[in-house]
Amino acid sequence: MTRAFKILTFQASAIAATALMMGVVADMARAAPAAAPAAVTIGNFTFNSPTLTVKPGTTVTWTNADDIPHTVVSKDGVFKSKVLDTGERFSFTFAKTGQFGYYCSLHPHMTGTVTVKA
Amino acid sequence: MLDDEGDNRRDFLKCMAWAGTGALFAFNGGVGSSIGLDAALAAPARRSRAASFTFLQISDSHIGFNKPPNADALATFREAVAKVKALREQPDFIIHTGDVSQLSRDDQFDDADQILKEAGLPVFFIPGEHDMLDPEGGKAFLNRFGKGSQGAGWYSFDHKGVHFVALVNVADLKPGGMGNLGTAQLQWLRADLAGRPSSTPIVVFAHIPLWTVYADWGWGTDDSAEALKLLTRFGSVTVLNGHIHQITQKVEGHVAFHTARSTAFPQPVPGTAPSPGPLKVVPEQLPGMLGITSASFVRGRERIALIDSTLGA
Repeated sequence: MTRAFKILTFQASAIAATALMMGVVADMARAAPAAAPAAVTIGNFTFNSPTLTVKPGTTVTWTNADDIPHTVVSKDGVFKSKVLDTGERFSFTFAKTGQFGYYCSLHPHMTGTVTVKA
Repeated sequence: MLDDEGDNRRDFLKCMAWAGTGALFAFNGGVGSSIGLDAALAAPARRSRAASFTFLQISDSHIGFNKPPNADALATFREAVAKVKALREQPDFIIHTGDVSQLSRDDQFDDADQILKEAGLPVFFIPGEHDMLDPEGGKAFLNRFGKGSQGAGWYSFDHKGVHFVALVNVADLKPGGMGNLGTAQLQWLRADLAGRPSSTPIVVFAHIPLWTVYADWGWGTDDSAEALKLLTRFGSVTVLNGHIHQITQKVEGHVAFHTARSTAFPQPVPGTAPSPGPLKVVPEQLPGMLGITSASFVRGRERIALIDSTLGA
């Protein structure tokens, strides 16, 4: 009996803990809904993908895979990377909704857009 | 120089066989012409007229570049400058048409500066987009190479009757656009050219081509037409650019356009590759790739000839 009780107690605790954890996860999700990071690779003088739609709170990371340096510069002055040599990265977290156009200030024919919507 | 048509033609054809670190330009009595580096090395120094002179264009040294197809852009730049030093007839000066450095770092500018000093010649610079990458957007370049220039680094000067105009088309580039001169510079150009007789030979140099070579890769300058409009009344205009690491040329009326090779790495012919990134030839092929020579040899009243040579020669 004692042993069975103990097991039951353990199970109850486990359920409680799981419930608690789920609650925490739910809270986290409410704070930043589905804010899985997003990635854009710069290759062949192109932003891949040139258009990207993310949820508010998403961190987008650009990685330069070209042999030539590039930059990631917001058209509206919202963000601006330093020069990214081969393999270097730049990240920006989009807190607010909206459309964010950007370009490479060295090769301005390279353009992209991040759309942030809930 | 180049006063004997037959010799001239032979020299020209000989030049076609080798190819380029730089182009050597000769002005003869106010009318431009040029000969290749190797021909100049081989030919006895002769000057038929007092006013003739030569100058040399070097471009896209990309000091700091160290990836395929060139692990040491500094070494190839040094070879290019050694070639200039070996010229029997020394040019009056050198113009560097931009992308001196790969990343606008002080050590890269310094390396370029030190090597160019070995030539012992005056050097006139304009920035390429790779020279604008310091946090202050070109200050490092201008502090070192742009003394006395205006705005983003433009200026003009006269040499033996020829008016040289150095333009900057890599500053304040617009999203989705190509090269850009901007209103302030165009206003300055208008004032700079005003009052000059139309018979004045003009040489314009800028980094990105001042005509559209290939829009898909941004190889052109959005507002170049406005600059060219100001130049149409002149009888002899030569436009010298870099940026695309290969020779292209075009003649339109009195205006001859020409782009120089890089001393660092070749880039693909427009549309022949997914991107304008470095053409990754094997090391042995590098001088040979640079060795494809092309020349503009325009006869007549405004005779201008530009011939290029390579490190492989």
